[in-house]
Amino acid sequence: MATELLMPALSPTMEEGTLAKWLVKEGDEVKSGDIIAEIETDKATMEFEAVDDGVIGKILVAEGTEGVKVNTPIAIVGEEGEDMEAAASSTASAEATPSDEPAAPAVARSDSGSGAIDFAPSDRSPDYPEGTEMKTMTVREALNEAMVEEMERDDTVFLMGEEVAEYQGAYKISQGLLDKFGEKRVIDTPITEHGFTGVAVGAAFGGLRPIVEFMTWNFAMQAMDQIINSAAKTLYMSGGQMGAPMVFRGANGAAARVAAQHSQDYAAWYAMVPGLKVVMPYTAADAKGLLKTAIRDPNPIIFLENEILYGRSFEVPKIDDFTIPFGKARVAVEGTDVTIVSFGIGMQYAMEAAEKLAQDGVSAEVIDLRTLRPIDYGTVLESVKKTNRCVTVEEGWPVGSIGNHLGATIMQQAFDYLDAPVINCTGKDVPMPYAANLEKHALITTDEVIEAVNQVTYR
Amino acid sequence: MAAKKSQKKSNVSAEELLEYYRDMLLIRRFEEKAGQLYGMGLIGGFCHLYIGQEAVVVGLEAAAKEGDKRITSYRDHGHMLACGMDPKGVMAELTGREGGYSKGKGGSMHMFSSEKHFYGGHGIVGAQVPLGAGLAFSDKYKGNDNVTFTYFGDGAANQGQIYETFNMAALWDLPVIFVIENNQYAMGTSQKRSTSTPDLYTRGEAFGIPGEIVDGMNVLAVKEASEKAVAHCRAGKGPYVLEVKTYRYRGHSMSDPAKYRTRDEVQKMRDERDPIEQVRDLLLTGKHASEDDLKAIDKDIKAVVNESAEFAKESPEPDLSELWTDIYADDLPQASAS
Repeated sequence: MATELLMPALSPTMEEGTLAKWLVKEGDEVKSGDIIAEIETDKATMEFEAVDDGVIGKILVAEGTEGVKVNTPIAIVGEEGEDMEAAASSTASAEATPSDEPAAPAVARSDSGSGAIDFAPSDRSPDYPEGTEMKTMTVREALNEAMVEEMERDDTVFLMGEEVAEYQGAYKISQGLLDKFGEKRVIDTPITEHGFTGVAVGAAFGGLRPIVEFMTWNFAMQAMDQIINSAAKTLYMSGGQMGAPMVFRGANGAAARVAAQHSQDYAAWYAMVPGLKVVMPYTAADAKGLLKTAIRDPNPIIFLENEILYGRSFEVPKIDDFTIPFGKARVAVEGTDVTIVSFGIGMQYAMEAAEKLAQDGVSAEVIDLRTLRPIDYGTVLESVKKTNRCVTVEEGWPVGSIGNHLGATIMQQAFDYLDAPVINCTGKDVPMPYAANLEKHALITTDEVIEAVNQVTYR
Repeated sequence: MAAKKSQKKSNVSAEELLEYYRDMLLIRRFEEKAGQLYGMGLIGGFCHLYIGQEAVVVGLEAAAKEGDKRITSYRDHGHMLACGMDPKGVMAELTGREGGYSKGKGGSMHMFSSEKHFYGGHGIVGAQVPLGAGLAFSDKYKGNDNVTFTYFGDGAANQGQIYETFNMAALWDLPVIFVIENNQYAMGTSQKRSTSTPDLYTRGEAFGIPGEIVDGMNVLAVKEASEKAVAHCRAGKGPYVLEVKTYRYRGHSMSDPAKYRTRDEVQKMRDERDPIEQVRDLLLTGKHASEDDLKAIDKDIKAVVNESAEFAKESPEPDLSELWTDIYADDLPQASAS
């Protein structure tokens, strides 16, 4: 049966081209793979091959013709002895060409989008019942306990990373795990972040639940491709067939005097990526409850810890199987005059500022976001609607910060409630210096938070 | 650890030979059809055809059993067909339709099938290699004897993460076969211009991984090498490297004018080494099949491919609500975000 040869699209962007040259003439026999024409696109001259065996019946577009639209019939190919004139006229009346197909959905973000930001009202239920017995423990102990409990619960959970096993963890978070769970489940890796992160993501595809410890998040930059392209996107790219249920965790942000390459807060980087969930606890109770939730979550979780906080002690509820849901902020201090929103070590400055402000008669409400994806917008917005003022506090860089995002969200959702612009307190817009005085200046300070509160309260 | 060339004739039945013929022909015809649909604008973006390399996946798969896994790069249509994925679902993914394996959200380079243990379809050169080792890690962890076929090209062979992976795979005795599909061109850069030492099968030696070079235009040679590698992995002896020398007839992607090699070079390969023609000759000279038998197979394959193309055209575009699905899994009890 005669078929039309159509002007081919030869690149993702080609709409028309020049039929530069015919290498066959009417009546020629062609075999699959023979070049029959040369076609110029905007980028290159391409050879156009026959796909099927047949005979060139009629050439419909002469060589040298410019601006031939993709999908225009350029020749008729038939079997030997076929009447090509008849074929040409019959195919000419054939159904519409595929260029009439509806165009790809351009901007498909519709109002019905269920993925739009969730401004649901805040969940202010307590994390644990009042009167629960508490014990004091460090963030380090809390993280360790969370891993132990989850590894006891689920034998597909395993820990891998540099120095996590025999060395007992570079920061001793995995202390004792090797003895408890053996080398099958507590695995020392070579110093090869890109590689072992990929191996862990593959293991998650294969049905395991890896916990990957990065000695610090600075080193995870070597593994960024595997975290974003492989872990975060596979569920979507596979139409929901498979994903990476796993936790990436380790020390994030500045420690002390370790300078530019070892002092960076990645909160805003990872919080940008759909497919990831991002957790950044401050207290030991949150570290424990959120890490347990992270290990159970069937998605890739970025769990940002902090070296300075590892040794800090907090009260942790003595509850079997204590978990904290993602997307539920903690109101650390209730107040009425200004909302201070922070997370991770930023909470240290927020809390100190609130305390000092209270002595000055300013009642600050301090919100610890705890998770940055999902973010509990509801709690932030309700608070801002009450206080009419907001200061955000984080250690990371100012451009594209979490504070920027919150500021924009508050402006869009609570503009009429604001009595002052939202101020973002962030780390300075510089690589981290080594010198003690410069480093101190590069980080956020309590005084800066107080100053920002004074500005938004016009004091 | 010295590499050996496998040149012996495999013991293979007429049925198996016919099966390989059919499987390779399906890939070739499917890819030709995909090229056509691309030309018609029905397939968009990047589309990398497998034409010429059919014997590699068909030969490798000949040694696979249920439970084995496979993962590859973005030149992945052949791998999917060879492991038994439905041509309709693959083609409909190419056209970005609801009936595609990824509901139209992955496209040519990102397709998966949990049912067939096909783990993609990865668009970043080399990234699938540690992932493949990780899949093998999961099988070793679970204590079964499955192996993972981890495919990558001569271009990816120069990525650093390959060697990070070789190290760990050898260190931990992971049951992974690293299949280097050496089609001799990393996009437009010939191996000569990109690679300091040409013998990629020796790249595992520094890590203690045995390697072998295989004629990738000969499906029987590939099958035999695959059986050997699979036996090695199943026996718990750790990873294995196969450098499979092959050739792609088409450009790197649809928009590649392929000016970096001569037309004669391609034609010579087609005329003298074509993997499908080789099996066809074996079938005919061995009187395992007649011309008419093979014609009947050609006809069947054409019908299957045409059916897949029709399905891929008729399947609707995904519903706009699909934009917002599959970003997060919630198949396990977890905290509500509200």
